[in-house]
Parts: sequence; structure tokens; C-alpha cells
Amino acid sequence: MDRRNFIKAAGAVAAAATGPGYIPGATAQGGPIRIGLLAPLTGVVASGGKEMVEGFNLYWNQHGHKVAGREIQVTVEDDASNPNTALEKARRLVEQGNVHMLIGDLLANTGLAVAEYVKGNGVPYFIPIIAADDLTQRKRIPNVVRIAGYAASQMPRPLADWLYKKKGIRKVVTVSQDYTFGHEQCGGFVQTFSELGGKVVGQYWHPLNTQDFSPYLAQIQDAKPDIVYAMETGADGTRFIQQWANFGMKGKMPLCGSMNLTDQSIIRNLGAESEGILSAAHFCEGNDAPATQKFVADYEKAYQKLPSLYGFSMYSGAMWLAAAIEAVKGSVEDRPKFLEAVRKVVLTDSPLGRPVRLDDYGEPVYDVFIREVKKRPDGKYWNVPLEVYPNVSQFWHYKPEEYMKQPPYSRSFQGIKG
Amino acid sequence: MTRATRLRIALATLVLLAAVPLAFPGYPTTLATETLIFATLAMSIDILAGFAGRTPLCHGAIFGVSTYVVLYYVTVANGDPWVGAALGVAAATLTAMVFALLAVRTSGVYFLLVTLALGMVVWGVCLRWTSVTGGENGIRGTVRPAWLGDARVLYYFTLAATGAMAAAMWRFVRSPFGLTLAGIRESETRMRALGYDVPLHLFLGFAVSGFFAGMAGVLYAFFNSFVSPSTVGLAQSVEALLMAIVGGIGTLFGGLVGAAIIIALENLVSAYTERWMMALGLLFVFTMIFAPSGVLGRVRQALAGNGKPRT
Repeated sequence: MDRRNFIKAAGAVAAAATGPGYIPGATAQGGPIRIGLLAPLTGVVASGGKEMVEGFNLYWNQHGHKVAGREIQVTVEDDASNPNTALEKARRLVEQGNVHMLIGDLLANTGLAVAEYVKGNGVPYFIPIIAADDLTQRKRIPNVVRIAGYAASQMPRPLADWLYKKKGIRKVVTVSQDYTFGHEQCGGFVQTFSELGGKVVGQYWHPLNTQDFSPYLAQIQDAKPDIVYAMETGADGTRFIQQWANFGMKGKMPLCGSMNLTDQSIIRNLGAESEGILSAAHFCEGNDAPATQKFVADYEKAYQKLPSLYGFSMYSGAMWLAAAIEAVKGSVEDRPKFLEAVRKVVLTDSPLGRPVRLDDYGEPVYDVFIREVKKRPDGKYWNVPLEVYPNVSQFWHYKPEEYMKQPPYSRSFQGIKG
Repeated sequence: MTRATRLRIALATLVLLAAVPLAFPGYPTTLATETLIFATLAMSIDILAGFAGRTPLCHGAIFGVSTYVVLYYVTVANGDPWVGAALGVAAATLTAMVFALLAVRTSGVYFLLVTLALGMVVWGVCLRWTSVTGGENGIRGTVRPAWLGDARVLYYFTLAATGAMAAAMWRFVRSPFGLTLAGIRESETRMRALGYDVPLHLFLGFAVSGFFAGMAGVLYAFFNSFVSPSTVGLAQSVEALLMAIVGGIGTLFGGLVGAAIIIALENLVSAYTERWMMALGLLFVFTMIFAPSGVLGRVRQALAGNGKPRT
């Protein structure tokens, strides 16, 4: 019986000890700056996650892994497209890897989970991809900053404004994936559009991973709008654009959408179906600004494809961090000072093509491009700018305090006026 | 095994576990906290799977319901964490009771499928009922009382709670009532012939199992400060069941061994490759081939020198 005691006890010890070895917190200045990069390398959004890593690495590979005399050490962890895994990996990076800062995650729920974790311990966390409105609005956390990222409802507003004022559009319908990211983007679009006097004649919400859009396309035809605003990501986006063309709606009815709909991650797999779709974003791969074209060429050379939202956001994010680290002369251990420096960065000469700065809520203020998908001479499709809206804040023309009194966008609250 | 020996084993395990934060501060302590929480969940599954012979695939959902209720009550309704904890456990127990009503008359693969479907219902509700559950974004917020803020204190709190619950579960499965569950596992018809109300016993067993899963859910809310549909999803139910299986079905404390092995492996392997799921898969295959009664079950067999694990 005692032998049994022993084995059981030994088992418990062994189990407890199998956790990876503990590295004592050696954070002496002058050592490397450790950055934890969280990206979904497996799971439903794995392809986007890989491009995130590519974009982030491209910057450091180009500029040498050194800023202000300190080496930059990037540790990549897979968040598996799952918030619980993301949380676990963030804990490991912070508590075991002793990283100085975290950056990344793609899906809103993974970002929100990690944001809640760093709220408790003050580790700076940067989110170039996570677009959840409230992270820089009603529920902002001082050490969570959206460098080179965007709030979901920020980009569709100038598009709505442009369509109403310049294109004489008066009636819209929206079709969108039925989850928060879609609710927020459509909310931004229809609120701005309806406040100008436009009419929203239908809003269709479909589940993620819809195979067949024909019921929605039929309803859209019946509603007879002047334009359709589509908010689709991933495979849904590809299918929507293909079925839109197959239904013979391309050319008959104008189509506009969220920046994800015409992102390279989608249109690089499509052909002429995507031509002519309008969107608004802070980046245009077809923008002829020298910094943008240099980035696009470098990216194409390194990875044999045009950069997507994931690639350019993480690249610009890396650039932003480098500027801030430079500003504090490498002393990232002083978190308040470092975060202050991050907030003060005015990013020029980035792939975005226009200067960018942060507002008081940790959200960039962009010059937003109205874009159209066009064919390049080599036959590839890309987004080219039609017009620029300068200084677009996440609050549009509203006063921040007033704006944040309205509830967050949801399926039941879209902020439609009239 | 005499009472004194059992007590000694329990004490030795507790002392060793209590030494974890001293020997391995930092991240390993966080992992150990997580291990204890999932050990409780795996043990609650073992009540049904190992003792009543009904393998459930819905315990992730029951566990997650409790986590959801705690987070909702404390962060959205601004309630007291302890009241939230009580409500969470109550909600989990209630969910288990509803599940039990629908599932106890089935057995074997049908029981597995019914509970799987019920668990998916909870997942669907959490995903779609956005106004309450926050949809796929979930609910976040620090719900644990301030004095539990430190990782080490939280660990000892979890250890105390897990220890108490493990003792309670042990007492439960060894009680006359627990023995009727084992009787049902061995022969349902004979138990019926002996005059036992089999569905009622299974119902009560299910409810008790749900109660403990709910307790684990509360601890998880304190630990994680976040809940989303993936916590109530099928993968969570499967993982917890696999912890019970790897540790040893019908051994109860195998849950602790299984949770420790799986969580440690997840963390060790994923540091080297993003294909860590494959390593887990292999582990399960080898467990099934070489130790179908689980690690703890195998050890007990080897020590007892006969083919049947003790229950």
C-alpha cells in the first residue's frame, strides 16, 4: 500500500513539474526587447494569421532586428482562433516569456479576451487587426492601443457620405454576416447615411459560413436599392462576390462594401467578378504614394502576393512600435513613458501613404480613401483610390462624449435616423 | 486500502500541490490553477462516465453555463461575486437537471449523442443571444473578489476548493447511493428487479455531477475573467472527457492526473509546433491501446496485480 502512496504522490509531482521551466524575470536594460506576437496560425482564420506574421516579420527583416541599440526579439504564438487559447498564450508570453509587450490577434473575441487579461497587469497590448469599437470607446483600457488598426464603424462612414453627396445614392440595403463586427460596420454605414437623409430599405443578416446567398440576392433585387453595402469576411466574401456575378447582378446594381470585402485576401483569388466594387479604407495597395508602392513591391517580392489588410496593418504596426521605441531610447520597461511615446507617434512614410496619429482614446485618425477595385496592367486586381477624406476619426463628426452615450451597434441598434 | 492509508495519500498529494507556487512561481502556478479547475470538471464527468456508466458529452456546456452566469451577474448586473457564484452553481445544476430529464432513459451511444446535442443547444444559445451573452465576443471582466487578485492566493483558494470538492465527490461515489449508480452501470435490469428506480437514481447522479461541474465553472470564471461560446462548445466537453479518460475512468482522482497530463502537454508541445493537436491525438491513441483504463487505472491494476480497476 505504501508503494501505491508513493507512486500516486510521485505522479502528482511529475504532473505539477511538467509545466515548462520557469525563467526568472531578468529585465535588465540593454538586453533584447521581447515582443509577443499572437496570431491565429490554426483554426478558421489561419490564412489571415499567417499573413499577420509575414507582415510583422517583413518590417524587422528589412530594418534589422535592432532599435535604439536593443535587439528586437519576436516570439510568435498561435492563438488557434480561439479566445481561451489566446488567453492562455498571452499568459505564457507575459508570465513565462517576460515579454515587454503583446501585439496581434485577429478575431475580436480573441482580442477582447487578451485585453481583459492585460487590463489587470498593465502589459502594453497593441491591436492592429482587432476592430471591436468598444476597445477604444466605451470600454477602453489605457494600455490597449490600436496602432495602425481601425474601429469597425470608422471606415464605412466616409463611404456613406461620399455615396450620398457625390453619387446621388438615396436608397441602400445592407447584407452582412450576423456578428458584432458586421453589426458595427453596417451601423456606421447606415447611421451616417440615414442622418444625411438617405433611406435604408433593408438589412439582411446571414450566419457566418453561408454557402448559398440566393435567398438574400433575391430579396435585394426586390428591394430595388440604389446600391448594396456588403460586409463579408473570409470565404463568405469570396462566395458573395462570385454569386453576385453569377446572379447577373454585377453591372446591373452597384456594389459597395466593407474594406474586408475587397481586401487582397479575398480578391486575389477572384478575377473580373471583383472589378468595380467600392469600399473605404485607410490603405490602398493601388495608391501611387512612393512609400505604399515600395511596400507593395517588397511584399510581393517576399511573399509572391499583394499585401492584405493583415500584412499591411502588422507591418505598419511594427513601424509604429519602432518609432515609439526609438523615442524612449529603448527603455520599454518604463511602461507609462513607453505608452505615452506610442500615443505621440505621428507615422509618416508608412505604407498607409498618409500621416497617421492617435486620438485621445488610442484610436488612429486616418485620411480615408474611397477605393475601387481595378485591374492592374499585369492582370491582377487591386484597390485604387478615388477620393480622400482627411482626418476621419472613429467618432466621425460627433462629439466623443455624446457619441458614446448611444448604445454599441448591434443587430437591434443600428442608429438609423428617421 | 485502509482509511489511514487513504488519508495519508490525500495529505501527501495536498502537501505536494501546496508546494507548487513555492517551487514554481509565475506561469507554472497559473497552469497549475487551470489544472485544478479542469481536474474538478473531469472528476464531475467521472461520476457519470465511470460510476454510472453513462458517458456525457455536455459537461463543457454545464460548466460554461455557470461561468457565464457568474460573469454576467458580476460584470453586467454589478452583483456580488459570491452571490454570482451561488447563482452560477444553481444554474449549472438546473441545466444538468433539464439535461438529465431528457437523457437518463438512454444509454451507451444514444446517451452520448443526446448529451452532445443538448450541449450544442447551450452553445447555440450563447452564440446567438447576443444581448445577454455578448455573442461570439463573450463577456469579460474581473469577477474574483479583490483578495483573490494575487495568482498565488488564487491558486491556494482553488486548491482548497478542489480538495474539498474531490473529498465530497469521493464520499458521494462511495456512499450507498453512489453504489447504486455502480449497480446501474453493471446491470440496469438487475437494479430494476431489486426495486431501484433507475431513472431517478441516474437523474440525481446527473444533477450532482452537474453541481460539481458548476463549481468548476465558478472557479474558471474567477480564474479566466472571460467567457465566450468556445467555453461551452463541444471541444471543451470533449477535452474534459478526455482528461477523465486519460486519467482513468472510474478512478475519480484520475481526473487530476488526466488534467495535469493534457494541460502540461498542450503547453509543452505547443511551444515547439503549432501541430500540437497531433501530439494530443497520439497520446489518446496510445492511452487507448496500452492503458485503456487510464493512467491511474493502469497503475492501480499493476499494483493490485489483477485485471480489474477498483472503483
